[in-house]
Amino acid sequence: MDFHFLRETVLLLLSGVPLSLNLAFFSILAGAVLAVLLALMRLSGNPVLDLPARAYVFVFRGTPLLVQIFLIYYGLGQFPEIRQSLLWPFLREPYWCALLALTLNTAAYSSEIIRGGILSVPFGQIEAARACGMSRWLIFRRITVPQGLRVALPAYGNEIILMTRSTALASVITLMEVTGIASKIIAETFRAVEVFVCAGAIYLILNFAISRGIAFLERRLSPQLREQGAQDHLPEPAR
Amino acid sequence: MTSASPNPSAVATRDLRKRFGANEVLKGISLDAHEGDVISILGASGSGKSTLLRCINLLEIPDEGEIVVGGETIALRIGRGGRREPVERAQVDRIRMQVAMVFQNFNLWSHMTVIENVIEAPVHVQRRPRADAVREAEALLDKVGIADKRNAYPAHLSGGQQQRAAIARALAMHPRVMLFDEPTSALDPELVGEVLRVMRTLAAEGRTMLVVTHEMGFAREVSNRVIFLNQGVIEEEGRPADLFAAPKTERLRQFLSSHLKA
Repeated sequence: MDFHFLRETVLLLLSGVPLSLNLAFFSILAGAVLAVLLALMRLSGNPVLDLPARAYVFVFRGTPLLVQIFLIYYGLGQFPEIRQSLLWPFLREPYWCALLALTLNTAAYSSEIIRGGILSVPFGQIEAARACGMSRWLIFRRITVPQGLRVALPAYGNEIILMTRSTALASVITLMEVTGIASKIIAETFRAVEVFVCAGAIYLILNFAISRGIAFLERRLSPQLREQGAQDHLPEPAR
Repeated sequence: MTSASPNPSAVATRDLRKRFGANEVLKGISLDAHEGDVISILGASGSGKSTLLRCINLLEIPDEGEIVVGGETIALRIGRGGRREPVERAQVDRIRMQVAMVFQNFNLWSHMTVIENVIEAPVHVQRRPRADAVREAEALLDKVGIADKRNAYPAHLSGGQQQRAAIARALAMHPRVMLFDEPTSALDPELVGEVLRVMRTLAAEGRTMLVVTHEMGFAREVSNRVIFLNQGVIEEEGRPADLFAAPKTERLRQFLSSHLKA
């Protein structure tokens, strides 16, 4: 084992961690805002809002993220209208293209998670809130969101982890995040296995920290489940 | 004649009609509940009793007819798609504060403790100071006999305790009228008594109550008026002593004989 090489490699790869985390953090943040909007459109009961949201989710869930990244990075520049627009200074940068693709992609998945969370709140509890004279916004804020969030969190935690790993795809449009740096080292050294093992280990550690954070949040948000213990949710063991 | 009470009207309906698709559930219900009245609403399932109650606080919007709460008529109009809707949401919210509802399935908010359930509407809807709301909530929980459960979550309570918490939540709004929609129907038989005891206390305090129930004992002993609904119309109404002793219609006779046996 060439420990010297491994050490050098890890140090180089670590310099890509800030960009990987930056892409993950901002795409998840912006994606969440868009996702809430999409979920509310789907739940509005108004076809003018529902259908576009459905179409959006269909397209972005149904095509590979890699294809979306390529299309945004290489495709948008084909249109003179875009090249002449105010957005061009952003859209010609690989960073903004990657961020846009990741955001649009996670928004599609997250909107379905959020929609499921909102729908999980028992209707009787909404009626009870209505019967108390609570306005629609108050009901959403005080009853629907806190309960929906708890239901959505495990699935949304999955999405956060998935997105953190998906930032690796940004390397295909020249971004030097962890995977981008790994590819570069391999191109120079031809030692693919060692380098990718190091890169994989870095993602593993990042996602370990993230999943601990989500588990902590889950416990914090579900005081009504904490006391009775998780085993109550499992079937009785056979005797 | 049946509403010979001298007190002012608390809630009244005039010719209330409600249809679900082709099924007309309420076919013109007029009733007048005065302050202090305890009215039991009886009827077979499907007779429209729950729908009537749900129309009074506008959980269902009646297709025709009027609802008057504390002298204020709820303004309804024909909205988009030809369905009736409230003219002013603020009025609906204001009226709902005066008409508290206790549900068959309790419908406590499962992410809040008992005391948080009770203070939610006083603090966030009526904007009363939190400390006052908490103090009053504690007194109410004491009154319904679950003061020791103030910090428990609904999932950790028995059905009877949940329903008593729901009654405390309704009382915390200082409602003019309380609607009970089969409050004991979802309870195990041994838990029915504790809820009925609380409701008797409320009746004795002179609270105005409309109770949809299958508890004949409660209807007979606690209410001052009984309404028997059948297929969307008031088939018979009057003082419980008269109705139970001498039902005038064949339908009520049948209903009573099948319910009193059990």
